[in-house]
Amino acid sequence: MNTSGLNKVIENTNALCEKSRICRNTFKAWVQLDSNNLSDGQQLAVKYFTVAVILFFAQILFGMLAATQFIYPSFLYEILDFSVNRMIHINAMIIWMLYGFIGCVYWFLEDESGTEIVGLKLGNIAFWLLTSAVTVVVLVYLLVQIGPGKDSSLWFINEGREYIEAPRWADIGIVVVMLIFFYNVVATFSKGKWSGIAGVLTLDLVALAGLYVAGMFYMTNITHEQYWWWWVIHLWVEATWEVLVGVIMAWSLMKLLGVRRKIIQTWLYIEVALMFGSGILGLGHHYFWIGTPEYWLTIGGFFSALEPIPLVAMVVHAVYDSGTHAFKNGNHPALAWIIAQAFGNFFGAGVWGFMHTLPQINMFTHGTQWSASHGHLAFFGAYATINIAFFYLAIQHWRGDVWMGGGSQNAWRWKWALGLLNGGVLGMTIALLIAGYEQSFIERAIEGSTWAGYFTAQNHPSFQSAMIWRLFFGGITFAGFILLVWDLLTIGKGETRKALMIVEN
Amino acid sequence: MNEIPLWASESFWKKMAIWVTAGSFLILVVLTMDSLTKTSAGSQRVPAYSVINKKIDYQYNNVSHKFMPIIGENEFLFGKEFTDEEARQLVDLGKKTTQAKNCMNCHTLLGNGAYYAPDLTKAWLDKGWISKEIREDMMVKFLMDPENNARTFGSNRKMPNLKITEQEAKGIIAFLKWMSSIDTNGFPYNFKTINAEE
Ligand code: HEM
Ligand code: HEM
Ligand SMILES: [Fe+2]
Repeated sequence: MNTSGLNKVIENTNALCEKSRICRNTFKAWVQLDSNNLSDGQQLAVKYFTVAVILFFAQILFGMLAATQFIYPSFLYEILDFSVNRMIHINAMIIWMLYGFIGCVYWFLEDESGTEIVGLKLGNIAFWLLTSAVTVVVLVYLLVQIGPGKDSSLWFINEGREYIEAPRWADIGIVVVMLIFFYNVVATFSKGKWSGIAGVLTLDLVALAGLYVAGMFYMTNITHEQYWWWWVIHLWVEATWEVLVGVIMAWSLMKLLGVRRKIIQTWLYIEVALMFGSGILGLGHHYFWIGTPEYWLTIGGFFSALEPIPLVAMVVHAVYDSGTHAFKNGNHPALAWIIAQAFGNFFGAGVWGFMHTLPQINMFTHGTQWSASHGHLAFFGAYATINIAFFYLAIQHWRGDVWMGGGSQNAWRWKWALGLLNGGVLGMTIALLIAGYEQSFIERAIEGSTWAGYFTAQNHPSFQSAMIWRLFFGGITFAGFILLVWDLLTIGKGETRKALMIVEN
Repeated sequence: MNEIPLWASESFWKKMAIWVTAGSFLILVVLTMDSLTKTSAGSQRVPAYSVINKKIDYQYNNVSHKFMPIIGENEFLFGKEFTDEEARQLVDLGKKTTQAKNCMNCHTLLGNGAYYAPDLTKAWLDKGWISKEIREDMMVKFLMDPENNARTFGSNRKMPNLKITEQEAKGIIAFLKWMSSIDTNGFPYNFKTINAEE
């Protein structure tokens, strides 16, 4: 390459940098957010929230691509195959939710411990480390996609295991980042003060991080491999994540509504007992058909059937607290999303999960769109909602604790975002449920799950129209997401009334 | 408020939370040790990798009231008898390839994965391979060039070319054959194999 070419490249890069700098400044002038309103820990938290929202966008975008391929199989064929789109769809989901949770914890860590975050700098380094790693992983997913059947592929491209596809090098990176995060949490509570919430949080994080390690090994024996794979997936979403959300919810209700700490913590312990008491052995509902012994049919069926109980308790908790405090609070969108969480968690995980958790039913619904129906409502209802609620809490504080009420001028935005997102996901859930029923009958019960049976079910008009409805409601979800982002960036702008301060009572 | 009863007190539920969690986890650990032993390769439920040298079928068992794999006489794969170690290596190559190619994000394996393509649990036994004489050959060809050997059953959905080599294809087939011999407690129900008479 000659030097003039090189100069041109440098020139272009400079011009590009300049342009993006101007863009950033224009954006900053437009959003009018003042970071002086945030503590150091909260500034770190909003970084996590920002990346979470970007990855949420990626999740929905790639979900739309995958859903389109169900209807037009040649769409992006051998460019971005279904497997690639779906992998990014669900991997982005896991990662954005983890980003959101870490952000939530950093958000309230200083408030709850009564002191400054001990390893703030370390926390920032960990954030950039994780974010660069995620970027590289996604680029490799998109550009390299697959490798030869060798260990190196699993180390550097992807591990080919649903939900935890990240290559091994990234696994190790994630563990390091989690350790830094964990250190920050424990060291900060130790320096400040411990509380019931702090104790539950700490023990839960140990379990959450420890479980990830269970999914980091390659095994030839697929029964063993799936056995440990479920330790990660199930014991995350039906035990440790659920308790983490309980912690976040406990703190939020205390702040948002002023519920008394003693009541909140008693509730939290009850939820932990019920959730772990049913969820840990409920793991057995994934051990019906993977080669594991028959006693799992009984254990898994029994304990997982109890799992809805804590979820009912959580609904009672949220609604009761809101009711006794007459819904008096200064952040209506956040409270609305918290109520959505309580119900979404109960219906998505509790009701939809219960419907297919007994082995006699699961024999026919296993591995059909039934699971996808439940997966969508559960992940959205339990985990997307609580994160969105927290985004609203964060943005309010960032704006200087201004009033965010349902009667404000632009309140239609958050109301419509709430409606479109929940309506969109619910619509997809129903469409997938119909598809799942049809598969259970035709593919599983009548045709005996052969390949021909599979395609008979896929080609059936009721399945095909369900896929169209799913894409349609995906579009609704997408619209709701765009509106949500717009609302988050603008809500409270120019509002001068302060939110009423809520005190414990 | 006057006296808080024990069952409504914070400390009672704190203790409950700890004991219930510890107890459940302990039971899980014990069951895990038992399950892993009972499902190691070479156990009753999960046969040794050298099962790829045998004929495999899947039939309803009148005693246990469920469909069960049946392991028969010799039926070599690719016309060769594999030693234990060779069999393990070939299945291992196949398993690794299924991960490196991300099969699980279109297919289900043991019913887990994605729902864009058929379940692979009993793929080895599927009638889709027409007859046992041409099955192995069809499978190799299909895996190496799925686009031109596609049978989409009228769905227009085609598996993409994943640049699978011949050796990898043979590994995958060995892996699928071995997987079809796992006792999956009767899932899938009522599956008619390639061996069954019409
Ligand atoms: C927030 C909590 C929950 C989330 C996020 C969640 C999510 C999921 C997802 C994504 C799957 C599909 C896994 C796959 O790809 O194969 C799944 C499977 C399953 N879930 Fe849940 N779940 C939750 C709670 C529950 C509860 C409480 C129950 C039972 C009462 C339950 C019962 C099941 C069952 C039986 C399956 C297996 C489906 C099959 O056989 O294919 N889930 N869950
Ligand atoms: C625009 C909206 C969305 C569309 C079009 C969409 C589409 C899809 C598609 C096509 C799949 C693959 C299913 C299969 O293998 O057949 C999928 C899987 C999945 N999606 Fe979505 N999705 C959307 C939003 C979401 C949201 C908001 C969540 C949760 C917060 C979510 C969670 C999941 C999960 C957990 C799975 C795996 C399910 C399983 O394996 O059982 N998706 N999605
Ligand atoms: Fe589960």
